[in-house]
Amino acid sequence: MDWLNLIVFPILRTVVLFLVLLTGFAYLTWFERKLLARFHVRYGPNRAGKFGLLQPVADAVKAMFKEEIVPSHVDKPIYLVAPALALIPALIIWAVIPVAKDTPAIADVGIGFLWILAVAGLESYGLILAGWSSNNNYSLLGALRSSAQMISYELPLGLFLVSILILAGSFSLVELVDNPRAWWEWLWLWVAFPFFFICILAETNRSPFDLPETENELVAGYQTEYGGIKFSLFYMAEYINMITTSAIMATLFFGGWRGPFAEEIVWLGPVYLFIKVVVLLFLFVWVRASISRPRYDQLMRFGWKFLLPVGIVYMAITAVLAVLLK
Amino acid sequence: MAIDYLPLLILIILAMGFAAIAMGLPAVLGPKLPNKQKYEPYESGIIPFADARRRFPVQYYLVAMLFVVFDIEVIFLYPWAVILNRLGLFALVEMAIFLLILLVGYVYCWKRGALDWGGQVRPGDDVVESQVVESQVEEE
Repeated sequence: MDWLNLIVFPILRTVVLFLVLLTGFAYLTWFERKLLARFHVRYGPNRAGKFGLLQPVADAVKAMFKEEIVPSHVDKPIYLVAPALALIPALIIWAVIPVAKDTPAIADVGIGFLWILAVAGLESYGLILAGWSSNNNYSLLGALRSSAQMISYELPLGLFLVSILILAGSFSLVELVDNPRAWWEWLWLWVAFPFFFICILAETNRSPFDLPETENELVAGYQTEYGGIKFSLFYMAEYINMITTSAIMATLFFGGWRGPFAEEIVWLGPVYLFIKVVVLLFLFVWVRASISRPRYDQLMRFGWKFLLPVGIVYMAITAVLAVLLK
Repeated sequence: MAIDYLPLLILIILAMGFAAIAMGLPAVLGPKLPNKQKYEPYESGIIPFADARRRFPVQYYLVAMLFVVFDIEVIFLYPWAVILNRLGLFALVEMAIFLLILLVGYVYCWKRGALDWGGQVRPGDDVVESQVVESQVEEE
């Protein structure tokens, strides 16, 4: 049945992916609040359900029943489109990440890297348009900061991705995980991981690089004029991006779905990927609880004067190593 | 094969649909209690006195332009990176020359202070005494 393979299965896969991502988002907020609370020696949410496990459900219901407010001074069409523009890239970027042996989440299209780069590039539009259309000084400053920060850290990120591409020799993420790597390739990759992780923190606007939404100077940055479900969509986009980038890092640096017996028993693949993603998400929260926010000029200096040269040097060494040893 | 990309199209359409439904929900479910204050800009309780459509620091433009230059460079690197193993030394030398030319531009930007943000003194700036002291204190 051709139409079954072409239409029905992709729809089913997409629905499953959305369900997994939205559940992941809901419980990531719980995970983060609970962990942060433990770092602060507090209890965190513990009223709704056992261990506060029903807290995300309560939050979702609350967001849905909020009044819809569109302030009178905003640029209405752009103001309404912006939250959706932030969320859609976060949802679709998953398509090419392999979740088990030879099984990408949605489709194996041989341009996995380019898909991720292209969709990640779209992500900043939602934030910039939100800040600009809000016609609020806080929002505009938040949007400007976020766009400058995202494009500054996209450069070193791109250079590290080029280095990984040199070693992989293919745009497909499925092949990247399938192909065996030499021991020196693994070691050399892990050298890049800390830098890559810093770039990812900046790209996802996560603490300590959350300058676009510094609450003590910009209220909530680009989200200031948003409330109810529209605010939740931005929140959703940020948290799903955290999950997605963790999965990408797990795939690029730690073998994705690979683990003992994952080749023989297919369902172990997603389990291993899940464990790796949770460990990386813990790292996100740990960093947020431990490191304070830099000043904006320090942030830009670090990106342009440290990470970018490091990226170029790393890529040059990778290229030489690849030509000499492969 | 173009047909391989069909699942991606379905994914994009469903993601748009999801976003549209989520945005539409409160219009159906939420209460409607209009109030003049609710529709005013939020600036921490102070009545806004200026429009947000105003000029902002030129540094942001500069960063955007530098980004375009270096991002195009990185885009050239992607196809090169994939086939480097097959092309070998020849491609390596070619790309080294290309990068060297761009590096000259990078060093120039750095020396001209294009990568510095406020609070620092750039060569050629008219400097007031107190500013110098301030920036020195910052560096320590």
